[in-house]
Parts: sequence; structure tokens; C-alpha cells
Amino acid sequence: MNPSAWLTRHAQNAIGALGTLSRNPVATALTVTVIGIALALPAALGVLVQSGRALAGGWADVRDFSVYLAPGVTLDRAEALARELRSKSLVESVRLIPADVAVAELRKDPGFADALAALESNPLPHTLVVRPRATSDGASLEQLGAEVRKAPGVDLVKLDLEWVGRLNAMLDFLRRLGLITGGLLVAAVLIVVGNTIRLDIQNRSAEIEVAKLLGATDAFVRRPFLYLGLWYGLLGGVVAMLILLMGLWALGGPISRLAGLYGSSFELGGATGSSLLAVLGGGVLAGWGGAWTAVARHLAAIQPRID
Amino acid sequence: MIRFDNVTKRYDGAREALKGVSLHVAEGELAFLTGRSGAGKSTVLKLIALIEHPTRGTVTVDGRNLGKLKDREIPGHRQQIGMVFQDNKLLDDRSAYENVALPLIINGTGQREVGRRVRAALDQVGLLDRERYPPRALSAGEQQRLGIARAIVSRPKVLIADEPTGNLDPDLALEVMTLFKRLNAVGTTMLIASHDLHLVEHFGARRITLAGGQLQGSAGGQVS
Repeated sequence: MNPSAWLTRHAQNAIGALGTLSRNPVATALTVTVIGIALALPAALGVLVQSGRALAGGWADVRDFSVYLAPGVTLDRAEALARELRSKSLVESVRLIPADVAVAELRKDPGFADALAALESNPLPHTLVVRPRATSDGASLEQLGAEVRKAPGVDLVKLDLEWVGRLNAMLDFLRRLGLITGGLLVAAVLIVVGNTIRLDIQNRSAEIEVAKLLGATDAFVRRPFLYLGLWYGLLGGVVAMLILLMGLWALGGPISRLAGLYGSSFELGGATGSSLLAVLGGGVLAGWGGAWTAVARHLAAIQPRID
Repeated sequence: MIRFDNVTKRYDGAREALKGVSLHVAEGELAFLTGRSGAGKSTVLKLIALIEHPTRGTVTVDGRNLGKLKDREIPGHRQQIGMVFQDNKLLDDRSAYENVALPLIINGTGQREVGRRVRAALDQVGLLDRERYPPRALSAGEQQRLGIARAIVSRPKVLIADEPTGNLDPDLALEVMTLFKRLNAVGTTMLIASHDLHLVEHFGARRITLAGGQLQGSAGGQVS
């Protein structure tokens, strides 16, 4: 077959499949909506996880630990220790709070101002606020804390690993929930498309039989159904995108207001171009995959006959 | 062109539909396959079209031993054969033109060539003015002629037909057989299964007779 005829045939199959869908608008709308909902749910969860990660980024200070230097340690030594800590692979950043800056901050609090005024000297030490990398686990943080404790001039290391554990567990849970839900719903799309294509194969069994009698290859017979699955997936992806965008638009405001009441600046993240493309691509792949599965299972059962 | 060498066909759990049949249809020949219902006529055609495979023996079409064809070569083999069926096997949701175009679309003929050859085939069977009609809008005779147009559109070397006049009244049957004779005159090898002995005798072509799955003889030609 020459390339032009090959392309023409594919174009005819693609347009023909669209024609098949448009001849049954109600059934097509129902199928596409089901696919759209099934795709929108994991996509929405994806947006939620992304927003949660952003929130976790905002909570990064719960991973921070404070290093109090011994009284009498000089600012130069504090800066040297900060540089040393910054060079460690587990450390994302180190902030030095000099003793005089700390006491100045404390003086702004009316509750402490009088007490501090009564003191002859600054009672606060230089402090280092260490932020470990987000990928650090509990064991490596424990080890890091132990190393810092041994450093000369360090008086006290305050490390709250419980919080770190909770945060990591929560993020891990969300990630796994996303994977499981996504997997189940993509399987649902495969089943919905596969079943729809199976019915279409049954309705067109006479045509398939005649085509096979006339010498149609498996690829020739398979192609219209694969395009049908592809269109179902693509249209389902478009519906999923619309559901996602409308859902974010409808829930974004109320969630921000609710978070604001609890003193949080949490906002639902918007759907990015790449996430919308992923929804469309996922729809196309799931539609095509569902069609392929159905075609592979049911086409072989239709064999030409001469009665 | 078509050769059966000691061919036996046994269907699963059934009696032998063909028992050691050997026959030969020469290139450009028109031969009729006759016999009562259940004689094995359809089985012979199924073996030629590779819808079934022989239990024993060899079937050769146009020099190719069909037993040696791989599964992926079967569609290509069927594209080389024109087939006409008693029940037409036309697609009712397509026009006459689209039905006839189907073999050409399957074998990847270019769009322009499809149009030219479909109209030529419709013209040959006298249905050029019916190209937009769906098969159900055509008479029984016209439907059978449409089936013939579809069988000849890809210019097959071999044409097989299974009771092509089985559903037609005598006048229409004669008309369809005359059309086969005309197509045979331009060199197409034909094997036509028919139980209508009167019609077969009218054309004086070689008659291969089957009974109970065995070859009974041949009139007007030789059995190899």
C-alpha cells in the first residue's frame, strides 16, 4: 500500500469512528461522561497532593531544628559552624540568629521587655536554625543531630523527630492513595471503553465477517475500533479537564476562606498545562488500551463462514 | 489453476465431508460443482478460500500449496480470489458503490483507482445507475449482480461461487449465469457450486459431481 493510500485509510478510519460516535449521541455522551468522571477523580487527587506538597513546603519549619551554642562562643565561631553545616549533604539551609538579634526580637515582646531590662548582660546564646533537606529520613536526621552535638561550642540541639515522622507518613499516605486511586480509576476506564467496544464489535460482526472473507488483515479490521477507543478516551479526557477546572473554580474560594479561618494560607493549586495534558494523554492511552484489549479478545472469535 | 490432490476433510466430531477428492480446474476454465445438499460442494469452496483446512491431502491454487501458507498470508490469498455467496453477504448500511469498493479498500488501492474500477465493475453487471442505492433497495437479482461486481472488482484470477442462483427465480438465475459466462470469456477461472442441474446443463460447461463427500465424476472435462 502506498503512503498516501495508507494515510487516507487512517484518516477515513478516524473520521468514520467519529461518525459512529455521532450517530449515537446519547450513548456516546453517557460513555464519555463516565470516562471523564473516572479520569477527573485521580486528576483532582493529583491537584490535592500537589497542593498538599506546597503546604508541606510551608510546613518545612517543622523539620527545622535549633542548635544553641554555649555562652561565650564568639559570632565568628558561630558563622564558621554555620558554614560547616551548610556543606553537609543532608542540610538544605542554615540560618544564624546572633544573640543580640535574638534579644532585640525578644525585647519587642512586652512580656519579656521588663525582665530583659533588669538583666546586666544578654542571657541568650547564638543560635543556628538548621533546615534538613525534604528527602531526609528520621534515621539520617538523628545521625545529623548527633554529629552537630559533638561539634565544639555546641551546647544544645533541639530536634523534634516526631513531627518529621508524622509529616513524612502523611505525604507517603497521600502519594500511595493517589497511586491506588489512579490505578483503579484508569482500570475502570479500560473496562468501560473495552465493554463499549465489545458491544460495537458484536453489532458489526456481519461486517467484520465479510471483510475477513474478502481478505482483510487483522490490522484492517482492528483499526476502526482502535480509533473509536481513542476518540472515547480523548473526549473523556476533555470532559475530565472541564470537571477539574470547574471543580477547582468552585472549591478554590471556599477552601481558601476555610484555611484562612484557621490561620493558614492554604490554597488549592490550579491545574497546570502539563497536568491538563496528562489528563488528555491518560484518556487517550486508556481509551486506546481499552479498545485494544477488547479487540484482541473478541475479534478472533468472528471467523468467516460460507453456509 | 485449482487442484485438489486426494483431499479429505473431517469436521470436529462429524463425518467426513470430503473423502479423498482429487480434481483440477484449468486456468480460464468455467466448471460447475454439483451434487445434493451435504455432498461436500461448500467444503470444496471453503478449502479454496482457506476458511477451512484439509484434514489430509493438498489444495493448490494458482501454483501455491495452501497448506504451506502462514496465517498472516491468508488475507493476501483471499484477496486473490473473488467470492460470490448465495446470501450475497452485502452490507446493508453501505451503498452499492461502497459494497463493491470494499475489496479494493482492503487491498489498499488508491482512491482514484477505486472509483474507476468500482464504476467499471458496476457497469459490467448493469448496475452503474444504482451505485448510491443500499442493497435492500435492489431486487434479488440486482443484489446478486452486486455481489458479483464485488467479486470481480479486484480482477481476481479465480472466482468461486456458492449457489449464486439459489435464491433467484429461473429467469434471474439464467441472467446471473449468463453474466458468469461473460466474465469467464475474459479469462477468469470459475468454480461455481450449484445443485440446479437444469441450469448447469444449459451452459454446457464441465460438471464436477460430488456425492457423500466423494467425487462421482465429471462431464464435459477431465478429472485428474
